[in-house]
Amino acid sequence: MQFDNVNSSIKEKESGRTGGMEMTDSRPAIRVEALEKTYGKTRALRGLDLTVDEGTIVGVLGPNGAGKTTMVRILATLLRPDAGRAEVAGFDVVAQPDQVRTRIGLTGQYAAVDELLTGRENLELVAKLSHLARAQARRRATQLLERFDLVEATSQPAGTYSGGMRRRLDLAASLVAAPSILFLDEPTTGLDPRSRLAMWEVIRELVAEGTTVLLTTQYLEEADRLADRIAVMDGGQVIASGTAEALKARVGGERLELSIAPGSDLQPALRAAQPFGRGPAQIDKDAGRLTLPIAGGAALLPSIVRGLDAAGVHLADLAVRQPTLDDVFLALTGQATTDHTGEEAA
Amino acid sequence: MMNTLGLHPPASSAWLRGRRFAWTVTDSLAIARRILVRIFRSPEELAASTSTPIIFVLLFRYVFGGAINVGHTGYANYLMAGIFVQTVAITSLAAGTGVAQDLHSGLIDRFRSLPIARSAVISGRVVATLVRNVFTLVIVAAVGVVVGFRPEGGAGAWVAALGLLLLFGFAISWVGVTVGLLVRNLEAVQNVTMTLIFPLTFLSSAFVPTQTMPGLLRIFVAHQPMTQVVDAVRALVLAYPVGPGAWLAAAWSLAIVAAFAPIAVYAYGRATTR
Repeated sequence: MQFDNVNSSIKEKESGRTGGMEMTDSRPAIRVEALEKTYGKTRALRGLDLTVDEGTIVGVLGPNGAGKTTMVRILATLLRPDAGRAEVAGFDVVAQPDQVRTRIGLTGQYAAVDELLTGRENLELVAKLSHLARAQARRRATQLLERFDLVEATSQPAGTYSGGMRRRLDLAASLVAAPSILFLDEPTTGLDPRSRLAMWEVIRELVAEGTTVLLTTQYLEEADRLADRIAVMDGGQVIASGTAEALKARVGGERLELSIAPGSDLQPALRAAQPFGRGPAQIDKDAGRLTLPIAGGAALLPSIVRGLDAAGVHLADLAVRQPTLDDVFLALTGQATTDHTGEEAA
Repeated sequence: MMNTLGLHPPASSAWLRGRRFAWTVTDSLAIARRILVRIFRSPEELAASTSTPIIFVLLFRYVFGGAINVGHTGYANYLMAGIFVQTVAITSLAAGTGVAQDLHSGLIDRFRSLPIARSAVISGRVVATLVRNVFTLVIVAAVGVVVGFRPEGGAGAWVAALGLLLLFGFAISWVGVTVGLLVRNLEAVQNVTMTLIFPLTFLSSAFVPTQTMPGLLRIFVAHQPMTQVVDAVRALVLAYPVGPGAWLAAAWSLAIVAAFAPIAVYAYGRATTR
């Protein structure tokens, strides 16, 4: 069963990882080409391309309305595309949906469990509908309830579960038939920070066991922490993809961020700092903040501080920071992520 | 590296095709069972289907019944056939509410992401509704006996009456499922259901003899399916001569299935691929 081959799976995964994106010998678990979908007048997907290698986790990052859920629904055979191709586990989602369905698990934005059935009954129902034998279904349910820390709630109706427990049960349900490919559509939206961390832990374990995961999220941090590769989606297309590091490098390296009293004159600070920059500075006068791309990092800090001091600048704050995925998103789409405040709060 | 864990036999396309028929049955039953378990977990669901008929029993038996002349039997006996049909109609239309709930909660998406028979989501709901009808009929009949219902038909007539009621319920559950899939919004589904149920029960022979109704209305009432079913069930349980009415009632039910099942299938495709 799934959990007996954890070690070998991890080994295979690590060897796969070292190959990184050059890994060409394995067939991609998910391949999407020029996918199109229109609802009425809204073009939800416009020529979406995406490849996910086996045993990796790809994070699809994008604001509401970017087309993430539409993409997942097509890949999970719930929706037919208008044009383009999508293959999951080597099978075409339109021509061979039954083949796809025996190999995937889906956890949507809302926990899709029957709230009057108990945790066990929910899992056994999914097992039955996945055509597992009765004894197998029971064993599998027990295994998953233990794994997802739901043993105490086994015989309680899912309606009495907390939000985090329901999501875990939902995720467990999508794993009943031991799918090789898992779709997680915003799996932590609406969860409290602790439940979110627990969810991340479980997702990492699944990938370590060899499951391929396609995860959509609005949370930059989530993509950054979990994904091997990130695809940034906007307007029904992937507008950038790569590792988190590669994406961050695209918007330039480190940046110097200095603050003085809000509303004060930033010109002296700008004149002192500019020689260290490798690009134009951004100035936010109301906030009294200056941001400057620099090359050389923290090693430059002493010289910068001396220069600022000599110019008589009274610093409120000074830092060298790495670009975040937020910077990436801003640079790529010209807008901050819609859920930025939520992310900060979490 | 595929995550093959030996949970499935090798799933070639031919093998899947071969299994499909068996799965259509077992998947439908699994989904029906899930819906039926809910009856015991949430008795208020049964109460919702039986409360209206029970209120009607009390209202008509004790408030209006005394003023209604139904000829040679007691009013309680006359009334119950109409109440049975009303019970079946309400219980069966509630299938639409259930479908709307499952669409909304994402459960139907979950089922559809599994390798189940396409039709199982709907057929499971219809089968479960059939069984629910048995439950609600028993409850309402018991209330009927308490208020003086003393049926005269023999066992054979009772079996025939139950068969007719369940067949009518089967037909109306397709109407319910269609409404649920087309309307989708839970409250709107309930509203449509209510708007269907009240005119059809009042404008029938369920509660009063039709002889006193004015011309055009009487023609409508005499020919609408609910009246056919009520008259046939009434004749069976009260040991009146049944005549061809029972066959007419059955034919109406089958015609409703023939009309609504294709619409339901179409609406299912439409509701689930948006």
